[in-house]
Amino acid sequence: MSRNLSAADIILRIENVNRTYYDNSDNHVEALSNINLNVYRGEFLSIIGSSGCGKTTLLRLIAGLDKPESGSLILDGEQITGPDPERGYVFQHGGLFQWLTVEKNIATGLKARHVYRENKEKVKNFIELIGLNGFEKAFPHQISGGMAQRVAIARALINNPKLLLLDEPMGALDSFTRADIQDKLLQLHRENNTTMILVTHDVDEAIYLSDRVVIMTPRPGKISEIMEIGLPHPRHRGGSEFLSIRRSILEKLQLASAMPQPEYNI
Amino acid sequence: MRNLVKSYLPAIATIKAKQEYRGEKIASGWEWTVKLIFTLSGFIAAIAANIFVKQIADVEIKSYNVGAFLLTFNDLYRLVLLAIILLYAAIGIFSYFDPGRRAKFISRAPFRLAVGIGLAVWDILGTKLLLLPQPFFPGPAKILEAFLIESGFIYENMLYSLRLFFVGFTLGVIFGIGTGILIGWFPKVYYWVYPVLKLTGVIPAVAWMPFALTLFPTPFSAAAFLIVICAWFSIAALTAQGIQSTPKWQFEVAKTLGAKTPYLVFRVAVPHAMPQIFTGISNANGFAFTTLVMAEMMGQPGGLGYYINLSKVWSAYYKVYASILVMAVLFSIIMKIIAFIRAYMLRWQKGWVKE
Repeated sequence: MSRNLSAADIILRIENVNRTYYDNSDNHVEALSNINLNVYRGEFLSIIGSSGCGKTTLLRLIAGLDKPESGSLILDGEQITGPDPERGYVFQHGGLFQWLTVEKNIATGLKARHVYRENKEKVKNFIELIGLNGFEKAFPHQISGGMAQRVAIARALINNPKLLLLDEPMGALDSFTRADIQDKLLQLHRENNTTMILVTHDVDEAIYLSDRVVIMTPRPGKISEIMEIGLPHPRHRGGSEFLSIRRSILEKLQLASAMPQPEYNI
Repeated sequence: MRNLVKSYLPAIATIKAKQEYRGEKIASGWEWTVKLIFTLSGFIAAIAANIFVKQIADVEIKSYNVGAFLLTFNDLYRLVLLAIILLYAAIGIFSYFDPGRRAKFISRAPFRLAVGIGLAVWDILGTKLLLLPQPFFPGPAKILEAFLIESGFIYENMLYSLRLFFVGFTLGVIFGIGTGILIGWFPKVYYWVYPVLKLTGVIPAVAWMPFALTLFPTPFSAAAFLIVICAWFSIAALTAQGIQSTPKWQFEVAKTLGAKTPYLVFRVAVPHAMPQIFTGISNANGFAFTTLVMAEMMGQPGGLGYYINLSKVWSAYYKVYASILVMAVLFSIIMKIIAFIRAYMLRWQKGWVKE
């Protein structure tokens, strides 16, 4: 995969974004502090960091589910003001509608935009793509966690989004299922050329999937470093280069938490 | 070693499958036979009691023309019992071929036996010996006489009740869900309407009877109005609760997929609220039966409640029982239909929530 990442290819510009909120005990928490980030068209970007570093907050800002206090997020020259099907979002817990079958969950986006009739075939194609043939009529509680996440990914992709935002979608899965979905994601990324932004706390996952890895540090949440992973696909998790990148990311994460802060007050 | 165990496993599994069905032991054919006899013998005893126990007390037994036949109430009673016996025999034989049904049939045998024996005892005490205080406790056969005398009239009254219930309850459900959605979705509506709903919701609907009778042009519309409001309150309150308890992430998911407000209301909030809406409907159903019968007893030109009142005046308590019997059957059928609709609408919950 050789990609020429130039300024013209920037799909998303995040400029001087700040976001604060108040926690349960009325403490002022700087979730995001002065975030600047460019995302290139067609890349797979991972955001990694310990919990509380604001990575999910950043993803929600991109999705339009939350608004920044200051700064701007610009997608293809347009300010992001709210949620839009051009930015698909896969939730941590899948977020399938329990009352809809697999098929209907996947078709949700088409139905919500009133374009279901002319795109019925698409639902079938996606079911095939994620390998859930025979489960079309199953309800979410009748399928496994891995299947549910695949459905959630297909559901987000059916709208042909410019960006696919993934909020730790594999966090709750066992390692076999996780590897399986990671490969599926790479395949989807290759075939659709959708720009993907993945939030994760799994270093291996970030290296395995991404073109670039953004490392974030908590309190206040900011970007400490952006690493390019220049390895060709398919990547080998045990390869020496893979491991050395892994070591350097872990070092940086460790460094980021070299000064431990109290997690809670008694 | 492991292979050896593995090769034996399927065999063990089949043996288990033969004795167990969904974790429960399968009843043997022998047990089934005994329980089938159990089930039927109670009702056979009831028929035998009616035929063989001599009519000692002085009870007038009239014959009525039913089609080409001349029937006394004893004849009708025996026919009904025979129908019950044939029905249970059919159900029993049908249940033999399905382990789940067989277990259910067997578990119900003692109760059905008790019902049959109860009928026999009641028949002897109520009609044959006239030991129960009359006319308040007629025997089971005597109750059926009401159907011989005026089955057409009872049928008419039943239709009246049914129509009243259908009109009132359907409108109640529509208004209830409608206002429930408005209250649940718009905070302003919640602020202004919910307190009113809470306050008036505790008032039994029949309390409005005097107003209803003067404000509505016909007694039918007045009674329908009472049923509408009694169904409305309970359904509206629970629908609103269901809408308000929709998790935020469900809306967020829909929004990122391109959903606008109508979709969020009718395709996210309402389906999420559906279990609670049905709880509301079931509650309302019970209230609606009460309201229906009370309204009919207080001033309707027809209906099963009206029939009760009419019969009471003549001390024809066996007719009161006949009316109650029709209510029991009718309302059970309505409940079954609603339960069936509920099971269909909430089929996505099956196996997911504890029922």
